[in-house]
Amino acid sequence: MSTEIELSIYVFLLAGFLGLELVRRVSPLLHTPLMSLTNAISAISVVGAILIAGAGDAPFLSRILGFIAVTASTINIVAGFLITDRMLKMFRKKDAK
Amino acid sequence: MTSGFWQFSYLAAAVLIILSIKWLNTPVTARRGVLAGEIGMLFAVIGTLLRHEVVTFEWVLGGFLLGAAIGAPLAYLMPMTSVPQLTALSHAFGAFAAALVGTAEYYRHVPTGFTMAALVIETLLGFLTFTASIMAFAKLQELVPTRPMTYRGQNFVNIVLLLIAVVLGIWLVAAPAPPWVFPSFVALSLLFGVLLIIPIGGGDMPTVIALLNSYAGMAAAAMGFALNNKLLIIAGALNAASGFILSVIMCKAMNRSFTNVLFGAFGQVREAGAQRSEAKPVRSATPEDAAQILSSARRIIVVPGYGMAVAQAQHKLRELTDMLTKRGVDVQFAMHPVAGRMPGHMNVLLAEADIPYDRLHEMEDINAEFSEADVALVIGANDVVNPAARHDTASPIYGMPILDVDRAHTVMVIKRSMSPGFAGIDNELYYMDKTLMLFGDAKGFLSEIVKELPAAAHA
Repeated sequence: MSTEIELSIYVFLLAGFLGLELVRRVSPLLHTPLMSLTNAISAISVVGAILIAGAGDAPFLSRILGFIAVTASTINIVAGFLITDRMLKMFRKKDAK
Repeated sequence: MTSGFWQFSYLAAAVLIILSIKWLNTPVTARRGVLAGEIGMLFAVIGTLLRHEVVTFEWVLGGFLLGAAIGAPLAYLMPMTSVPQLTALSHAFGAFAAALVGTAEYYRHVPTGFTMAALVIETLLGFLTFTASIMAFAKLQELVPTRPMTYRGQNFVNIVLLLIAVVLGIWLVAAPAPPWVFPSFVALSLLFGVLLIIPIGGGDMPTVIALLNSYAGMAAAAMGFALNNKLLIIAGALNAASGFILSVIMCKAMNRSFTNVLFGAFGQVREAGAQRSEAKPVRSATPEDAAQILSSARRIIVVPGYGMAVAQAQHKLRELTDMLTKRGVDVQFAMHPVAGRMPGHMNVLLAEADIPYDRLHEMEDINAEFSEADVALVIGANDVVNPAARHDTASPIYGMPILDVDRAHTVMVIKRSMSPGFAGIDNELYYMDKTLMLFGDAKGFLSEIVKELPAAAHA
């Protein structure tokens, strides 16, 4: 196994455990916003989409696939973050009046 | 120089994404968390645009503009009751992107070995999550029937399909495969996603959406392995862990295992349970009676369920809460983890109706207090308050943790009719002597009560 792959696996495991610890602490009150936030974060695949769509040597097919992928992941990012914020804006503690 | 900058940018993105989940743990810092996530994503995108591999920008920018033009209205126009649908749809887009990137990578330079294995996993999970999320969306939006659809040998068919897909995947990794293998692999992944959701009923959606969330994260992490990109691995792993924990919480809240949710065909089991029901007398009450009882109570615990969301009754409920609170009645809310169609769904709806969140209590915290409550008001919830779960070993929901509303002095249940809900299971709570059934649309009935309340006070 190359060191590069080994390192990737370490990173994956550590991030996974960190995720378990972080999410365990999130109040059930916020589980829906948590889900839409992580949903937006999963659209990090936009990175791969940009690399495909913007590559210099890309043939037409992969250019088109990349374009659709950038579009789809941008929808995911924009919708995910905006709806999360829209929900969180509504949570307030005391009766304001 | 630029090569140094994009790496720094990715590092910043990873840190911000971790902080974003950390800050989401309490409502006080939650919005900061969203901001951190947004800036993190911006760093990821800018960093990528600066990489020397990226030389043409028109397609990328076109995708950004089109995606934002579709995503923003989606997020702003969807009503809060539809958040589960929107999340499912958003999952679908994200997973589709991951799958397409995998496909494009495959056709660009047919990778081998470890990279190819990662690519196969990315593509499988991506396409599977794509169609599964679309199906979940269709079920939540009621474009297709929400009842579980089952047929003989369903699990067998599903498992065989998955096995074939896995074999094709191994073939792709192990040896240069003929041209038909990759498209067949893609087709099977897409088909499997559809078949996975068909047998799942509306009540199991919270678990399934959480699971799809986890799959989307796994797909992103697999892409990270394929592209050797640590940022993708970190963000994907965080997301996978989050979806996983949430689905475990949902399963526990229903006292069921993962396999049971996915392959259990719950609807059939439950129909068998419902046959034992016979016509028993129930006590029903008018809005005037209800207003009378509520206004003379000191402590009321409200249990909202999906029925409240369907009737959009949360705003009327808030009105009622305000009126009662003004008269010194203590009104609290009991939230079951699986109430609604996604984890925490009811909390969002009550927050939308401007009910302060310090009145919303988790099941473990409030269950002991039902015995002190004068009235437990159940609105559109069913299985989560069924006492059979505690003692009836024959009941399909036996062992599921429930809200102990039957321990309150009086129980009031707002419900459309006596017909058993989605689960097709009879609820003995409705036949108890202390229970008053309030038949009608939740929103309509609550407005009637609100109207009657001033009169009730002087009576």
